[in-house]
Amino acid sequence: MALYSNHDGRPRVKTTRNAIIFIALLLFALATIFPIYFMVISSFGDPVEAGAVSYSIFPSKISFASYKYFFDFSEYSYRWILNSLIVATAVMVSNVIFASMAGYAFSKLTFKGRGVLFAVLLVSMMIPYQVTQVPLYVLIVNVFSLQDTYTALIAPSLVTVYNIFLAKQFMSSIPNEVLESAKIEGANQFQIYWRVILPLSKTVLAVMAILTFMDSWNTFFWPLLVTNSTEMQTIQVGLKNFRFANTTYIAPMMAGATISALPMFILFFSLQRYFLEGVTVGAVKG
Amino acid sequence: MADIVKPMKRRKIRGEGAWGYAFIAVALVVFAMFTAYPVVSAFLISLQDYKPLGSTYIGFDNYVNTFKDALFWKALRNTVVYTILTVPVNLILSMIIAILILPLRKKTQSFFKGIYYLPVVASGVALSVVWLWIFDPMEGGILNQLINLLGIENQNWLGSGKTAMFSLVLMSWLSSHGTSIIIYLAGLLGIDETFYEAADLDGANFFHKLWHIVVPSLKPATLFLLVTGVIGSFQVFQNAYLMTGGGPDNATTMVGLLIFNNAFTYFDFGKAAAQSLILAVIIAVISVVQFKYAGKDVEY
Repeated sequence: MALYSNHDGRPRVKTTRNAIIFIALLLFALATIFPIYFMVISSFGDPVEAGAVSYSIFPSKISFASYKYFFDFSEYSYRWILNSLIVATAVMVSNVIFASMAGYAFSKLTFKGRGVLFAVLLVSMMIPYQVTQVPLYVLIVNVFSLQDTYTALIAPSLVTVYNIFLAKQFMSSIPNEVLESAKIEGANQFQIYWRVILPLSKTVLAVMAILTFMDSWNTFFWPLLVTNSTEMQTIQVGLKNFRFANTTYIAPMMAGATISALPMFILFFSLQRYFLEGVTVGAVKG
Repeated sequence: MADIVKPMKRRKIRGEGAWGYAFIAVALVVFAMFTAYPVVSAFLISLQDYKPLGSTYIGFDNYVNTFKDALFWKALRNTVVYTILTVPVNLILSMIIAILILPLRKKTQSFFKGIYYLPVVASGVALSVVWLWIFDPMEGGILNQLINLLGIENQNWLGSGKTAMFSLVLMSWLSSHGTSIIIYLAGLLGIDETFYEAADLDGANFFHKLWHIVVPSLKPATLFLLVTGVIGSFQVFQNAYLMTGGGPDNATTMVGLLIFNNAFTYFDFGKAAAQSLILAVIIAVISVVQFKYAGKDVEY
């Protein structure tokens, strides 16, 4: 028997119990997704000032005028989406490559200083991002003069410690015998990494790719700091500027929010398994 | 144990060390440039009256001034209040929901997991835009409509010192459980069935099992979520920045936002760096204390 009684011989008790649980969970679920529902529903309203409409939680009409209003706000609004896409893709690809390489080295290769280096990396995860933000800003903007470039947006996140940790944890569980036999066949370390380790790590790399892409797409703080020109902003920063410029236009604001969130929703619904797996992969034995 | 492992250790093949360095080279350069160097640099900046042309070293003045600054203490208090109101509630709610999900069928479980996780996927900026309208102080505001039904009069949610902090807390209550629910659920599924069988033989009811088996078994998960939750909460910046800007009258100014303002509104980099390092020390101390007291009997 488990935590819950099976109510053997009394199936109706069990059905009733599960129905009550279902309803309770559903109520909380409704409260949780209400903001998202409200966002999508309101985005179909007309682009008029909020004072002129009393907004409701049921759609009165479906119009895409507010989406047009959002895109007309800046000549670079499509560019924002493209920028986000470029940055998130670059960050994702480089993290998968370099974090998996480092993860392999830290889990399977012996070299001097391995333990110390890995410990330093782990400790650095505890440092709040506020500490590095100012010097990073000085470095990128003042020293390298990289403001408003893709390099500035991408470089600091080329490979994150969290992803190295994720890769190392997973690769440690690959049995050494597999590597030994590859060595006996004369493969060098790069061939082992490429032909043995990577194929065996597909799941964890997929999880890493998705979560890294999502983080990068949603990130707001760093792009806010290093982009001055409207042209180089990401969708999150653009949305924030749109919001501050149009404080009374509810429907266009919601349209903008929907646009910024929609790609992640699509990704989530098509790859839900990897998202949810990612949560536990990182946490277990953390 | 160590004796058995030793002979099995792989023979070191030639050049493995060189390969090791080659594999971590890029990661190490990125880490050195964008994490290690900035940390050292932050310390140096914190000792200066930082100006783009010609900074001067002023010793620990930035730290001393911070500790004398009433706004810093207020921000710290706000951060602590926010943390106390959000993190434990998040843990308790997530644990209850995970326990409730458990007896349902696999498909229903995935359905709920998906819904609860959805706000995690949406960008913080998008959510802040939506919540801004939910908190609309006008009569037509969604939340005001709701409390009107309960016979409570309209509130100026984000604009009043009495409700601004609560509004941010409410937003957190309703949007940040996805991760912890999934972690708890994984923990629940990992509990050995024989514990429950033994408890059944002893005549334990549902709540006995909950208290004596489930809660202790979930302790590692709870500790993980507590430590990461507190660390995250102490760095909170985005919602305060986007929703209230720290107002009204700094009622929602938290340390993260204070540092941001000092750095990028007033360009007082020295002060911001000093405060960020104080924040780092506070977070480190709290984490160590949590591990020491809460983690005493947790096995990893």
